[in-house]
Amino acid sequence: MKRHMAATAALLLVSLVGCATDEPVATPSDGASAPPAGAGTGEQSKFFVQADYDNELALLDAAPTGPADKPWEQVLNPKMVDTAKFKKDGPHKICFSNAALNNPWRQVGFKTMQAEVEAQGDRISEFVHVDAEGKDQKQIADINDLLGKSCDALIVSPNTTATLTPAVTAACDAGLPVIVFDRGVDTDCPVTFINPIGGYGFGHVGAEFVSQRMKPGGKVLALRILPGVDVLETRWSAAKVAFDKAQVDVVGVEFTDGDPAKTKKIVNDYIQRHGTIDGVWMDAGAVAVAAVEAFQDAGQPVPPINGEDQLDFLKMWKDEGLTAIAPTYPTYQWRTPIIAALRILDGQQVSDPWKLPQPTITQENLDSYLDPNMPPLHYAMCGCTDLPGYPQRWK
Amino acid sequence: MQLVQRRPLPPQLSRVRAGGLLPLLAILAVLLVLVAVRQPDFLAPASLMSFLGRSAPIILLAAGQYFVIVSGEFDLSVGSLVTAQVVVAARLIDSDPSRTWPVVLVLLAGGVLVGLVNGLITTRLRVPSFITTLGMFLILVGAVYLWSDGAPKGGLSEEFRRFGRRAFEDVPVLGRIPYALVVLLVLATLAVLLMRSDFGRILVAVGDNARTAALSGARVARTRTIAFMLSGLAAAVAAILIGGYSGVSFQAGAGLEFGAITAVVLGGVALGGGRGSVAGAMLGALTLELLFTLMNFYGVSGALRPTVQGAIILFAVAVSTRRSTSR
Repeated sequence: MKRHMAATAALLLVSLVGCATDEPVATPSDGASAPPAGAGTGEQSKFFVQADYDNELALLDAAPTGPADKPWEQVLNPKMVDTAKFKKDGPHKICFSNAALNNPWRQVGFKTMQAEVEAQGDRISEFVHVDAEGKDQKQIADINDLLGKSCDALIVSPNTTATLTPAVTAACDAGLPVIVFDRGVDTDCPVTFINPIGGYGFGHVGAEFVSQRMKPGGKVLALRILPGVDVLETRWSAAKVAFDKAQVDVVGVEFTDGDPAKTKKIVNDYIQRHGTIDGVWMDAGAVAVAAVEAFQDAGQPVPPINGEDQLDFLKMWKDEGLTAIAPTYPTYQWRTPIIAALRILDGQQVSDPWKLPQPTITQENLDSYLDPNMPPLHYAMCGCTDLPGYPQRWK
Repeated sequence: MQLVQRRPLPPQLSRVRAGGLLPLLAILAVLLVLVAVRQPDFLAPASLMSFLGRSAPIILLAAGQYFVIVSGEFDLSVGSLVTAQVVVAARLIDSDPSRTWPVVLVLLAGGVLVGLVNGLITTRLRVPSFITTLGMFLILVGAVYLWSDGAPKGGLSEEFRRFGRRAFEDVPVLGRIPYALVVLLVLATLAVLLMRSDFGRILVAVGDNARTAALSGARVARTRTIAFMLSGLAAAVAAILIGGYSGVSFQAGAGLEFGAITAVVLGGVALGGGRGSVAGAMLGALTLELLFTLMNFYGVSGALRPTVQGAIILFAVAVSTRRSTSR
């Protein structure tokens, strides 16, 4: 009897192993655009769209319109749309359906948005925030509920693109101005869609820097969070193009799950397997510090690396004198929807799409972003230093 | 009944049985040879020491899991306990070095407390430990998310991190000895001594046949509860080492419970209890880690790890079931 139970328990265990460790499995890609012969990075991601890639790389060099000291109000290649039909007397009730608050980026962003609401306090009578906790079904219900609460404007940060599209369309049909930001939806019914340049720009900036700064023909390790997410796939596919063009030797493309321990082990494994690694590219900055530590713990110099604008990485960059760069996906974009909503309710023209600039932190401007008094997981590109409650609100 | 009477001292017997440590040592030796062929540098003192230091947490967790499994229960909560402890440590320390030692004590006490709760629910309320600890797993995951609003706050001090990251430098011959390895050696010795004491014998007897053990005067519920507390304590030490190694993250302990259980099974310990040694469990963890390292050297995708773990659990249980029926 006991043996029988043990066997049953073992079966249960095995089935649980599969679900709990949640290892990413490489997605098979169709190879829509075949890479040049001899490329070491494999087939191109099925998320890669050449036209979008070309567009984003062009935007990296475009000059924005708007106040230079307020990038969250700037627009790249503006295409103004008329909003006179939404003109309304204030103060307004603004409602926000949020995909989730489940990572430091969204936490910093949401605090920035709350501070922007406070700064505009005389024009906003009420700000309603509903957190969908990363669930599509909850967000669909949330948007439906908000439509019955007489909001003057609705801001949506969709959890996933395709699933949330019908809910957003329904909101547009209800007649109130809808503003979508961060991730998009498959409809142009919202008044405007606000986001920074995007993943291709991010991936390209990091990969170009790493391949230029390392020794020619050197070995690059690419670290990705997980496969199959569009914003991350675009980052990698742009990096892949850059690496193939520079003909560097990409010795590995690994998934870290955003786990520092796993990252350290992977980097350590590669150092042992290849002796040295000459460059590290990352699709997100969360585990950049762990990657740097792996080189330090192995007693090796840290090769050229890219991170993001999180302060733990910026601090390490400065303290250790790293050869580094930090492309960003700025959290200041959380200010823009509030500003856009108020402009729309004033009947002013806004740009659709509203493409925000996406600054890069380099050795030259590092000091202006590095505030040692802020917590390690804070994002420097929050554009929040002039907002009420800074810095305490973000600590 | 007769069967049990013929085996009054299971630990000693299991050590001389064919199913003891010999097969495992043979596997370990084969893996070492394969590693040496593929990557001779790995066996150099420096990288070997760093490998042992990195493996210390999972070896400790395997020892903790052993106490529970040999007494006839399971502990699925250790992975989420490690995550919870790392996140709690970061928030409590908040990068302030002076809070390091108090927080270390809080973590150790917290680990023991979680083990106590697991043990009491399992033994007093008679909830199967599989369910108890699965429930604890979910409770801890949810509590950590709730308490931290979905993203870790604060930071670990360098003083806290050194246990998992730093080493005694400039040691003759070996180069450097990670603190984690020293912690492991001390605790492993204590674990072996504990299993040789009266408590260890009672623990195995309880797992072998709880009713017989109770009739011969063993306090079954208390013994099993202590086993859960030891597992919680091991998880706390592992959390300190893992937090030190890699810093604060929500994934710190993900999947560790299965790693530990696989290691214990690989170490020749019977699921269901009553057979196997703590040294075997710890060697099992070392073997598992070496196997993963070897897979890495041969360029096998890390995504295959859960598959390998699952195969080992099935294979080991199948072998032990065959062995016990053919006896």
